[in-house]
Amino acid sequence: MLRNSESGFGAVTIVLHWAIAVLILGLILLGFVMRRTEIDPALQFSLYQWHKSFGFTVLGLAVLRAVWWSIERNPAPPPGLGPLEHTAAQIMHRALIVLALIVALAGWAVASTSTLNIPSFYFNLIVIPHLPLRQSEASEAFWTFAHALLAYLMLGLVAGHAAAAFYHHFLRRDEVLVRMLRPGARRRDAKTFNTQENDDTLVERK
Amino acid sequence: MMTPRRPVFKAIWLFALLAMATTPAAAAAAPALADAAGNYRIASSSTVQFSVPQTGGGGGIAGKFAKFSGGFRIDGSNIERSSVEFTLYPESVRSSERRIEDFLRSSAVFDTANYQTVTFRSTSVTQTGADSATVVGTLTARGKARKERFEVTLTDWNKRSIAFTIRGSIRRAPYGMDVGTPIYSNVVEFDMNIRGQKR
Repeated sequence: MLRNSESGFGAVTIVLHWAIAVLILGLILLGFVMRRTEIDPALQFSLYQWHKSFGFTVLGLAVLRAVWWSIERNPAPPPGLGPLEHTAAQIMHRALIVLALIVALAGWAVASTSTLNIPSFYFNLIVIPHLPLRQSEASEAFWTFAHALLAYLMLGLVAGHAAAAFYHHFLRRDEVLVRMLRPGARRRDAKTFNTQENDDTLVERK
Repeated sequence: MMTPRRPVFKAIWLFALLAMATTPAAAAAAPALADAAGNYRIASSSTVQFSVPQTGGGGGIAGKFAKFSGGFRIDGSNIERSSVEFTLYPESVRSSERRIEDFLRSSAVFDTANYQTVTFRSTSVTQTGADSATVVGTLTARGKARKERFEVTLTDWNKRSIAFTIRGSIRRAPYGMDVGTPIYSNVVEFDMNIRGQKR
């Protein structure tokens, strides 16, 4: 149940996937709101600190996700997936895994290079030190831009990723979306059929 | 206080003697009270600095106020009947960068659009040493008035002016300025060099 199998995802992958998904969407919304200039300044300060704490949480989870992804097997692609689609999916998944790390690190760089030098007090529990980067206006502006740009790029990829999942679920009517919702999810009747197809895919890939 | 109140002039005289006998250059010898008595206007050459420590060490927020006014009266017969009133204009706050100044002026901190001044009016003065005293009074900021205490030390004087360092640790939360806690300390350290010109 915890581990991935040939036919589906285990609980670890599923929990990491959705925790990171929810946090990233929340952080993008939070980031968008806190950058508004007309917002109450005290609220704005608090929103920034929440953004940082949740952002560090994503960074931690994204590291776990990347490690788990690199050591754990991937379920076989669904039957009937063309080699081009399979390659596109692999590139998308790699890009999302890497971007989750890079966007969070770029956010850390913003906090670290800002001349405001505001400590990152993780949920008011522990101070997370700044990255060893020089604090300057130019550096802060660069990382702020990079952080936002990469975040919006990731949002675009997430939209594509979600669209692909819905495409699989509603048009192709395969297990792609469902197996990210239920550990080891796979209809019994589909199993033999899929195993057959998976073997074909493996051959195809070789 | 159980200690009987010693005549102030005696304390000053003793201090002056002591200062001359031991470390003549170490501190400004306190003036005879009669010489120091009078009304003073707080000179613009005075400085009003503050700092707010931050968690995990580091500089925190530091700054100063460029605009302030006020005066004090030193009572010639009893220093404890002296008084001080002080007004500072938070709009004139200066810090390391514009973003911090704007934040301090904003509704999050001083709310200078609605509250133009921070005032202090003494209610009691207690001598604590030959050249030091504690001033207690009412500090009013953002429409909230609270009793606060400052420690005053004489640093310099002549016939026409007198100077003190004034230190106080003020908790900002009761004034509705708790933004940024606990990243930034609730306690603001004030460090002032106040020079009075005799009127």
